[in-house]
Amino acid sequence: MSTFWNLWIVGFVTANIIFIAWLLYATSSGKKSDQPAGPETTGHIWDGDLQEYNNPLPRWWLAVFYASIVFAILYLALYPGFGNFKGLLGWSATNELQGQEAEARLTTARVLAKFDGKSIAELAADPEALGVAENLFAANCTACHGADAHGNKGFPNLARPDLSWGRSEAAILATITAGRQGVMPAWKDILGTESVTRVANYVYSLSGRPAPDIKAAAAGAQTFATTCAMCHGATGQGNPIMGAPNLTSGYWIYGGSLATIEESIGNGRRNQMPAWGELLGEQKVRLLAAYVYSLSPPAVTH
Amino acid sequence: MNHAKIEKNVGLLGVLTAIVISIGGLVEIVPLYFTGQVGQASPGVKPYTALQLEGRDIYLREGCYNCHSQMIRSLRAETERYGHASMAGESVYDHPFQFGSKRTGPDLARVGGRYSDEWHRAHLNNPRDVVPESNMPGYPWLATTSVDADHTAAKMKALRIVGVPYTNAEITGARDTVTGHTEQEALIDYLQSLGLASKTWVK
Repeated sequence: MSTFWNLWIVGFVTANIIFIAWLLYATSSGKKSDQPAGPETTGHIWDGDLQEYNNPLPRWWLAVFYASIVFAILYLALYPGFGNFKGLLGWSATNELQGQEAEARLTTARVLAKFDGKSIAELAADPEALGVAENLFAANCTACHGADAHGNKGFPNLARPDLSWGRSEAAILATITAGRQGVMPAWKDILGTESVTRVANYVYSLSGRPAPDIKAAAAGAQTFATTCAMCHGATGQGNPIMGAPNLTSGYWIYGGSLATIEESIGNGRRNQMPAWGELLGEQKVRLLAAYVYSLSPPAVTH
Repeated sequence: MNHAKIEKNVGLLGVLTAIVISIGGLVEIVPLYFTGQVGQASPGVKPYTALQLEGRDIYLREGCYNCHSQMIRSLRAETERYGHASMAGESVYDHPFQFGSKRTGPDLARVGGRYSDEWHRAHLNNPRDVVPESNMPGYPWLATTSVDADHTAAKMKALRIVGVPYTNAEITGARDTVTGHTEQEALIDYLQSLGLASKTWVK
């Protein structure tokens, strides 16, 4: 702050305090009453006999007012507020915040250090680790995956045995650390709308439901084998290396109605899991991986 | 002390009252206009693009500020959840600023980049689709309403008068920039821009 504005503030504040103190003193001491007896009045008379007392200010009230002036002076001496003067205590909001943050970092580090050197599976079996991980999940993951981790349309359910990118310890850790880019190409222009409908009928039937149009599904199976099987596998069981979802499980990231499946195939899907490694750090990411690992019970090997 | 003079003279009473109540403002507000601390943009803070500006006006129109603040206070509970405390220089191009005073929903000062565009689309259409416990109303009509491109340039000109450095090219191109976009796209573009500058100066 420039000298001028420093003096501006110092001047106003000083003048203000002096003026208030003087005003208080002047009004409270007042001149002695000339009237010999009875309470002093202001001298007005309304409606013939109504008068107004002119009592002195109550003592306790005056004392509180003087005390508040003393408080103001002490406050300006100790804390920042008097122009450029930083205050005798050297307190600042920024310093206080940084102190609290440093303290919190130490506490966090102490808690997280307990879980160092444990594998994801070991952490997933440790109730204390899961407790911490649950809080981390609530703070960072629930907006998309839901408080119960059961997901929402376009945001996968994590409490399932077949995660698109794999549910091994390493796969979950990699997904959270570096994120994932899921890309399902749009097939409408390549295959044509009719063919998309046929494939959709076939995909619809993969999870054990009768296809709405059985003939179309049979024709769609051909296209599936030549076009879709590359990523989703010959039987539609998916491929965690490509992040291609399992189409036989009955769980659908975007919904399993025929219309939605047609939409997914025709227009494609793009999805993104953000990378959390840099933001949260390895210790927290490992705990989150353990949490997700604990949600999806190991699948029986086929 | 004879205060009868003041009490019997309304004009004098008014003038003296005005002087008394202006002291606080003279000390706390006036210096801020001249010291440069609040008038200069923080590093990386840019004026809103035409589409973001329209998104911001939708934010105002729908009353988002009634439930969402854009002001992270320098308290640990807030910096831990939302990021670095808000700086004065981040609001220099906001007329009016959107600090807000009530948080029924979370603070949005640094919401840019926190969620994907897809998430915002789902969330604006029906918040319960992504956050089951949310009590935010849905805004599905934004997805089907087109941005009104007629006044974008005029708004930018008005903002230029109060110090937002829009170039002539940006103003003349404003109509083309926003035409064809839905209100939802404009709002998401605005939301995704909030607090991005801080990512360059906060590690």
